[in-house]
Amino acid sequence: MKIYENTGNKDTRSGFGVGLTELGKSNPNVVALCADLTGSLKMDEFKANHPERFFQIGIAEANMISIAAGMTIGGKIPFTGTFANFSTGRVYDQIRQSVAYSGKNVKICASHAGITLGEDGATHQILEDLGLMKMLPGMTVINTCDFNQTKAATLAIAEHDGPVYLRFGRPKVANFTPANQTFEIGKALHLQEGTDVSIIATGHLVWEALEAAKVLNEAGISAEVINIHTIKPLDEEAIVASAKKTGAVVTAEEHNFLGGLGESVARTLAQHLPTPQEFVATQDTFGESGTPAQLMEKYGLNAAAIVEKAKKVINRKA
Amino acid sequence: MHEINFNSMSTTQQLEDFVSQVRRDILRQVHQVNSGHPGGSLGCAEFFSVLYKEVLQTKETFSMDGKEEDLFFLSNGHISPVFYSVLARTGYFPVEELNTFRKINSRLQGHPTTHEGLPGIRIASGSLGQGLSVAIGAALTKKLNNDKHLVYTLHGDGELQEGQNWEAIMYAAGKGVDNIIATVDYNKQQIDGATDDVLPLGNLKAKFEAFGWDVLEVEKGNDIEAIKAGLEQAKSRTGNKKPVVILLHTVMGNGVDFMMHTHAWHGKAPNDEQLATGLAQNPETLGDY
Repeated sequence: MKIYENTGNKDTRSGFGVGLTELGKSNPNVVALCADLTGSLKMDEFKANHPERFFQIGIAEANMISIAAGMTIGGKIPFTGTFANFSTGRVYDQIRQSVAYSGKNVKICASHAGITLGEDGATHQILEDLGLMKMLPGMTVINTCDFNQTKAATLAIAEHDGPVYLRFGRPKVANFTPANQTFEIGKALHLQEGTDVSIIATGHLVWEALEAAKVLNEAGISAEVINIHTIKPLDEEAIVASAKKTGAVVTAEEHNFLGGLGESVARTLAQHLPTPQEFVATQDTFGESGTPAQLMEKYGLNAAAIVEKAKKVINRKA
Repeated sequence: MHEINFNSMSTTQQLEDFVSQVRRDILRQVHQVNSGHPGGSLGCAEFFSVLYKEVLQTKETFSMDGKEEDLFFLSNGHISPVFYSVLARTGYFPVEELNTFRKINSRLQGHPTTHEGLPGIRIASGSLGQGLSVAIGAALTKKLNNDKHLVYTLHGDGELQEGQNWEAIMYAAGKGVDNIIATVDYNKQQIDGATDDVLPLGNLKAKFEAFGWDVLEVEKGNDIEAIKAGLEQAKSRTGNKKPVVILLHTVMGNGVDFMMHTHAWHGKAPNDEQLATGLAQNPETLGDY
């Protein structure tokens, strides 16, 4: 098994902030818009470096998204920043008409996604955003797993012409992917090679998947771990190839099992290679207040849950 | 750079003739597919004609980026018939294409969109209330690009019931977006009836002023000279740290007597007989498509 070292816990949103700071220096067309959450989104440095390219919109997310769409006319590349809930559900129609249907080069950057937002509770813990965004024609949907990957993704989406939803989170989590990596939109990453079960994970669940693979390995189960950072377009080839090898799939995500990565994987397999699959995801429920670790445990979103589902799906093999 | 639409050369009679043809185009488009929105389209025929023939400084070739030229955004996208007619008749696409309005495989969708690549359209509109925000974004980019050209918009008055407008109105004034001229089609009608009955808009002038906008009223919103003067005055007031809005008092259905002063023709097509009546009131001047 490959060994992945946590170089120190960091929040993915800070990866976004560092990436945005770099973009500010390297790409004069990048502009940033925020709806009164500059600190939470780690946009302070960009704002300090480029006050003329930073737009404080106030608590008016609908206005922010449509302004961003308009700013593309004339060649700017707008990055909007607010919580995932206010980046999607609150502004779905604005994204649908002014951004996606109009084909505008807007980067919707969403922090505090999922249940790990923690104590603020369910009003702020969106678990439906991947589904909402992946259903929009032409929308690229990315959910990064650690600080380094989030930074790399932030740089990469500026080079991509078209609307993007970039999802990241609040808590400090393991930082284990390479610093200064190249981020290829739509490309699955094989983190572990295995033969008994494929664990296909996104976001904060990727580190948990690696931890689960270790536990499974000790029990004599060879787990393949694939990091899907791009939910759409999905690397179907990598998923089908892995399922063909292992014959059993567990998907893992900090999102409702309806509409998330798991459903995209299930659809892919149903079409190309029907394979038993289990879902580590929330089960059509809202979240609640608590610490991120408590919530991940209560809602079955950790390494232990992945191990359990892996054993279950292996037993389902024909 | 060639500027085809900035000539200010048309006489009032020429503009009247242009408007007459635009009204015919509106009626014929809507009649042909038995759907669409003639009322608001007719009410804004003079505004569009003056804007595109006399006011907008645009380049000969349409580009999505719209750098170094004026931009226009239609927020109330349902009045697409007037938009399409004026775009076609000022050279954005062949006039014959008006025949495809609302039909399958057409660039002239029910509501305007960039999706099919129709020249002249820079944003989709239809779901109401988003156009002012989009225009503010384009205006901010013009400032960043040190582009002195202006951004124009049109909104329905009923559309102002959408809350996003007030976010945008607050933003534009608060942040001094002074390279924008918004126009409200103030016909006091919407689908379900008079705006006063559906949801009163109150004192629009006072509301815009309270938010910090420079407000102009054009009482004769279907009078070519009055529109021209209003737009010129609005233009002269830009660059003063305040966004500018024109409250354009129009008559829904203007120019077709039985469609005037009622909300009944907001989204209803005329039958054959009604079309004939409407066309008889508006002579063919530039040739029907």
